[in-house]
Amino acid sequence: MKKYLALFLALVMTLALVACGSGNSGATSAPSTDSSTTTTTPAASGSTDAAPAASSGLKVGAILVGDENEGYTYAHIEGIRKAMSAAGLSDSDVVWFYNIPENEECYDKCIEAIQQGCNLVITNSYSHQQFAELAASEHPEVEVVAMTGDTALKSGLPNFHNAFNMTFESRYVSGIVAGMKLKELMDAGTVTDPYIGYVGAFPYAEVVSGYTGFFLGIQSIVPTAHMDVQYTNSWFDLQAEAQTAEALMARGCVIIGQHADSTGAPSAVQSAKDNGATVYSVGYNIDMLSVAPTAALTSSTNDWSVFYTYLFNTAKNGGTISTDWSEGYETGAVAITPLGPEVAAGTAEAVAAAEAAIKAGTLHVFDTKTFTVGGEEVTSALTFDSDGDWTNDTNEGIVDGYYHESEYISAPSFSLRIDGITELN
Amino acid sequence: MSTVERSGHEPFIRMSKRGEMLPAGKAWGIRVLGFFLSLVVSGVVIIAISGLNPAAVFATMATGAFGSAKTSWVTIRDAMTLLCIAVGLAPAFKMRFWNIGAEGQILVGGIATAACMIYLKALPAPLLMLVMILASMIAGGLWGFFPGLFKARWNTNETLFTLMMNYIAIQLTSFFVATWENPYGSNSVGIINMQKKQGWLPNLFSQGYNGDYGWNVVIVLLVTLVMYLYMNHSKHGYEIAVIGDSENTARYAGIRVNRAYVRTIVLSGAICGLAGFVAVSGASHTISTSTAGGRGFTAIIVAWLAQFNSVVMIIFSFLLVVLQKGAQAIASAYNLSQEVSQIMTGIILFFLLGSEFFVNYTIHFRGKKVAS
Repeated sequence: MKKYLALFLALVMTLALVACGSGNSGATSAPSTDSSTTTTTPAASGSTDAAPAASSGLKVGAILVGDENEGYTYAHIEGIRKAMSAAGLSDSDVVWFYNIPENEECYDKCIEAIQQGCNLVITNSYSHQQFAELAASEHPEVEVVAMTGDTALKSGLPNFHNAFNMTFESRYVSGIVAGMKLKELMDAGTVTDPYIGYVGAFPYAEVVSGYTGFFLGIQSIVPTAHMDVQYTNSWFDLQAEAQTAEALMARGCVIIGQHADSTGAPSAVQSAKDNGATVYSVGYNIDMLSVAPTAALTSSTNDWSVFYTYLFNTAKNGGTISTDWSEGYETGAVAITPLGPEVAAGTAEAVAAAEAAIKAGTLHVFDTKTFTVGGEEVTSALTFDSDGDWTNDTNEGIVDGYYHESEYISAPSFSLRIDGITELN
Repeated sequence: MSTVERSGHEPFIRMSKRGEMLPAGKAWGIRVLGFFLSLVVSGVVIIAISGLNPAAVFATMATGAFGSAKTSWVTIRDAMTLLCIAVGLAPAFKMRFWNIGAEGQILVGGIATAACMIYLKALPAPLLMLVMILASMIAGGLWGFFPGLFKARWNTNETLFTLMMNYIAIQLTSFFVATWENPYGSNSVGIINMQKKQGWLPNLFSQGYNGDYGWNVVIVLLVTLVMYLYMNHSKHGYEIAVIGDSENTARYAGIRVNRAYVRTIVLSGAICGLAGFVAVSGASHTISTSTAGGRGFTAIIVAWLAQFNSVVMIIFSFLLVVLQKGAQAIASAYNLSQEVSQIMTGIILFFLLGSEFFVNYTIHFRGKKVAS
């Protein structure tokens, strides 16, 4: 028994030592120096036992696939926070659920949010949608929004909604930035082959729509450009995205675009550039200048606060929330991040012109005169086909000479594989 | 070694295996002590990195797992699924048959369940339930049968074999997800039978679905009890114990070892397949490659910590699920990143596994006489 006592005492003493040490440092540096581990100050306001605020009558449950360490979810958190101040919601009006996987846990959290008094529930990842729909069907009194989803229209539930920004517009504009750089390099004779690489997440319409918009932006400046797309089969995989970017650069690509959420590709491009290669990166979601200070040209990005402000205001005033919400440059829902130091001369002007034309409705990204499929102009295309019978659920996609992306259903639906782009896997 | 120690150069601290098993009370005392120490260490870590009051953090964890009737039921449901897998793994592991393939066995059980929900939804509900249970067990059993047969016939390595069967099951799941995907192009099956809820495990205590998960509890506890009796009070259970201790002894005693291998791994697979049924019909109502979600591996920890005693597994499956739910709750309530909660789970598991060391080994300090 003495042995145990000795052992126990030794352990307790070690622990006491550790506790004292950390206690001291905790007392002197509690508020701000913990930024290396987590970026936020501990906010007690988010605790679940906060009394429901009677002020606005709106209580929001935000069910998020990641947390603020992950770019995609971070953009949503920022959007919700901005919209909260715009719509006059207090901290106690929003209940946050972080790192919720795309399985029944999403449904569980929807119900938990509703039981905590939420009358508006948001999920932010595509495959959350089925569980959000189930919760919506069981709770007709609660508004449920599945961001980036595509089944709201078909579900027929009046309280179930989808929303997606017209990201293809900002991708087109980021393509113009890349095209200007490519043209500069070709005019200088540094580059002869206008070869672009694209790190894609999955072969879904969302990604196809995005890379096609990006490519058409480039082609509007450099008509001879051609592009290879390689998929990582993950939305967020630092290593795979870096390796894919390296593989594309090894093939001779001089611009690397991406539709994946990590900084893997820009970092890989920066290190190749530092070793003497002529390569540039166009990112997604966030400004990549911190990881690729000279290689990053720009990133296409979403400002989710435009939608969330609309959503909170409409819900607060008892209005009808649109079943499928989609907006782009016109209302500032999409944008590109600040231009990098090495963009070509005249880029800012070209960007401003394209943005103005998109806003004015004179420039359509998927103008059928600007691309071909199998060498021919396209006159008809599927918009949304949920049952796989190759007929449209909604309207014909191509009317008035351009593809009406995100107009009938908010989720991107452009899935034509146009000439000039090759999918490598 | 021992001669060196006696010659006056005894190390300050050394360890030796306990000659005889500790009495159960003492062994459990060590484990409980380990658990409380792990809480202390986690508390220290919480203060060090976040400056939060550890008591409040632990309270939030408890609320995350048992804060309301709904969250309690979800905790119970997930603990039951984990328990079912651990109960399935126990006989194989006790026999020293390393079944790393629970993940795959759950998935094929889930596929069989989902197939019944999709194609046989016209059947009357109780019959459909029965068919689904049988189908999932047959599928899981089949997934165990092949590694078992190969082990018995050609003495193949069951660790690699069952592990590789997982990858086949994942690919098979991908195939069926693509076959059944809804809406088309979404690469997910969606909630199966959302309208009429055919093949959904109903509520036990209330009307409708997803209100409580009483039937999950009934099914899994029944399996747990039967497994306890099977392992401790049947000839088969005795054979498993003997083979686990020494295959040669078992052979010498006239136990047909190969037959026992195949029989036990089929049973193990079948129960893991049943866990797939519980996960699909009783919880997610859909199938995806993440239906098993690593629980096939987590359950190995549960089974080992409980020393393959299926009743004790109830404690450990609850412990792991409560930790996971609590970790998520503190991440959301205090804006801590997910990693902080994983660190805590890691600390607690480290101490629990560490207590097994002190259960099995004893420590000697220099100058103390070793009690013989």
